[in-house]
Amino acid sequence: MIKFSKHQLKVPKLMRPVYMVTGGQSKFDRAIPDKRTEELCIDALTMAAGLINMSPAELKSYIHTAYYGHFADHFGDQLLGEAVIHDRLGLDPLGTIGIKTGGATGGSTPWEAVKAVASGYSDCTLAMGWERMDEVPTDEGNFLISCAADKDWESPLGHIYTGYYAVMAQRYWQIFGKAEDSFRETLAEISVKHHGYARMNPFAHSPKKITVADVIKSPVVAYPLRALDCCLMSVGAACAIICDEKTAIELTKNSSHKPVRIWVSAASHTLRPADRRDMDIPLLPNETPDQYKDLGKRFPGGDRYPGFTGFLAARMAVWYGYRMTGVIDPNEDLDLLELHDAFTISDVQTYEDIGVRPYGEGRDYVESGDCYHMNPKTGEPGKLPSNISGGLIGCMHAVGATGIMQTFEVASHIWNRWAEIHGDEKRWKEFAREKPADWTDLQVKGAKRGMAISHAGVGSHVTATILMDPDNLLKENA
Amino acid sequence: MSMFGQVYVKDNKYRIKGDFHHLTPNVPIRNADEGWKLMGVTNPRDMTYIHSYGGEAQFFEALGEGKLLGTRCDNPDCEFKGTVYQPFRIHCADCLGKNTVFDMTKLAKTTATVHTFMVCERAGAFNTLDKPIKFVNIEFEGVDTILMSYLSVGDPEIGMKLLPIFQTKNPTCTILDLSWVPAGTKAEELPEGFTF
Ligand SMILES: [Zn+2]
Repeated sequence: MIKFSKHQLKVPKLMRPVYMVTGGQSKFDRAIPDKRTEELCIDALTMAAGLINMSPAELKSYIHTAYYGHFADHFGDQLLGEAVIHDRLGLDPLGTIGIKTGGATGGSTPWEAVKAVASGYSDCTLAMGWERMDEVPTDEGNFLISCAADKDWESPLGHIYTGYYAVMAQRYWQIFGKAEDSFRETLAEISVKHHGYARMNPFAHSPKKITVADVIKSPVVAYPLRALDCCLMSVGAACAIICDEKTAIELTKNSSHKPVRIWVSAASHTLRPADRRDMDIPLLPNETPDQYKDLGKRFPGGDRYPGFTGFLAARMAVWYGYRMTGVIDPNEDLDLLELHDAFTISDVQTYEDIGVRPYGEGRDYVESGDCYHMNPKTGEPGKLPSNISGGLIGCMHAVGATGIMQTFEVASHIWNRWAEIHGDEKRWKEFAREKPADWTDLQVKGAKRGMAISHAGVGSHVTATILMDPDNLLKENA
Repeated sequence: MSMFGQVYVKDNKYRIKGDFHHLTPNVPIRNADEGWKLMGVTNPRDMTYIHSYGGEAQFFEALGEGKLLGTRCDNPDCEFKGTVYQPFRIHCADCLGKNTVFDMTKLAKTTATVHTFMVCERAGAFNTLDKPIKFVNIEFEGVDTILMSYLSVGDPEIGMKLLPIFQTKNPTCTILDLSWVPAGTKAEELPEGFTF
């Protein structure tokens, strides 16, 4: 689509307030040979129950419908894998459905759960996501991922999804990054940050203490992207319990945290980048119609929107999400972000799509230090910290679970329980991981509002999940 | 000796011959650290699919004949009448009317330009292209979309002028029958089986 009708630009509205009361996740790793998927899902649900001081059976007794996300039937080699998990969780004969939107599956699954509660169909729902990416070796895994591209027009070209993605990175790198060494270093800094934050996260698959030079020396995957610029391929599960107000209050009566309000918005764009057509930039509340007039002058070649450099689906997901929740400027109105850092460069592209910086200026979010827990330039807390979980580069990308893991991460900050969840010695031991001697509490102090972005492939689906402390809303009747 | 699965269509029905799967035994997966106790099992599976190109079949057929077909919406009632599609699109994305098919080989030969590219060092299983794979995304004058393909000669650059080449000898009948070379490339530099 290149022009929206007024019907298509309706601002979404939930028919009643919806809350996330708890969540949980399994250990994440490249392979987990000693556990079946259902064991990982049970780990996640058991953790969710524990956080609100309930037994799994008590929590289950509230669940009315269940929403399951896993990206690839062929990775798990099991059609209707959702039904297997549902049975093993002992939730039959409740209504259940599987959700698939590629990399955005972990965002789309709560999207469905939230709508079920908002409509009144259910008062309490389970949103659970997982991925089993260790059933095939990496080459075969790359083949399976490439099956998510158009099988006649794209997949035969190398069966390597990174390549289809990387052409977009190349265009951004040259037009907006001007192929500068300094921009290359900024990209590397993102990888250093995410692997570094992962060191404080016992769940994380790839904790690493590395430098910008390490990233720039790592093997080229598709120039300018190197191995350390790319996300992980992981196994694991994550879940969230999503309720109406009455159930949320009841479920948290013995919990040390109160429930958070949750909204999810979603958008899409062509599966093949080849099908993208030019259009005007849809503006966010913190942008003005004339601010992009000279974009092509400042960045020659940058006037074609979305071209291969913008993710229209990310732009539209927040276009709906910000208006639905009253966010005007994410820098002022939100306290933390979890972004879909599939690649360091796509992380930067997303800063622009979601209005953290204007188009063309994404790198400044990193270079200013705003994206850090503690801004290394000022020594003060970062203005809008992102990916404290370690993101897809440092923590995990177990596709169907990713968006839920990131939503849970944001919630853990608003609940002020980050240190408790990540610092617990018992958990480090249980996962056979060593808690670093310099383990640091990365709780974002006083966090009241945050957002997680979930993104599929070359931008075919994107969701924006916005969480807020119920006493710190931005808009009445949101 | 087994025979690769083969298919043809007669009376609008698939007629199949040969083997569409190959048996490979499964093997147990055991734990070397714990007395070789059982952990799991491999599940080999080699299977041939039967896939219809439907309304795009003429596009893939034409590649083997050295022609690049595009499509255009000529529906007078379409708000965006005149939209030109490459990738070949059977129906207009806006009005869903049936597009007009046209031969854009000459347009490609005169206006194909690299919009962006990527040199990819890795490939997935079943890849048949030489590595590194040089992806090119190609703009054409008057075409609304940007085709993804691969470069067979030289190194890509944004803005570079390209010429299409076609696997006209023993075509694979896939998108790989279309490739590109920098303008000025000589016929003898083309890969085996390809012609301008
Ligand atoms: Zn039309």
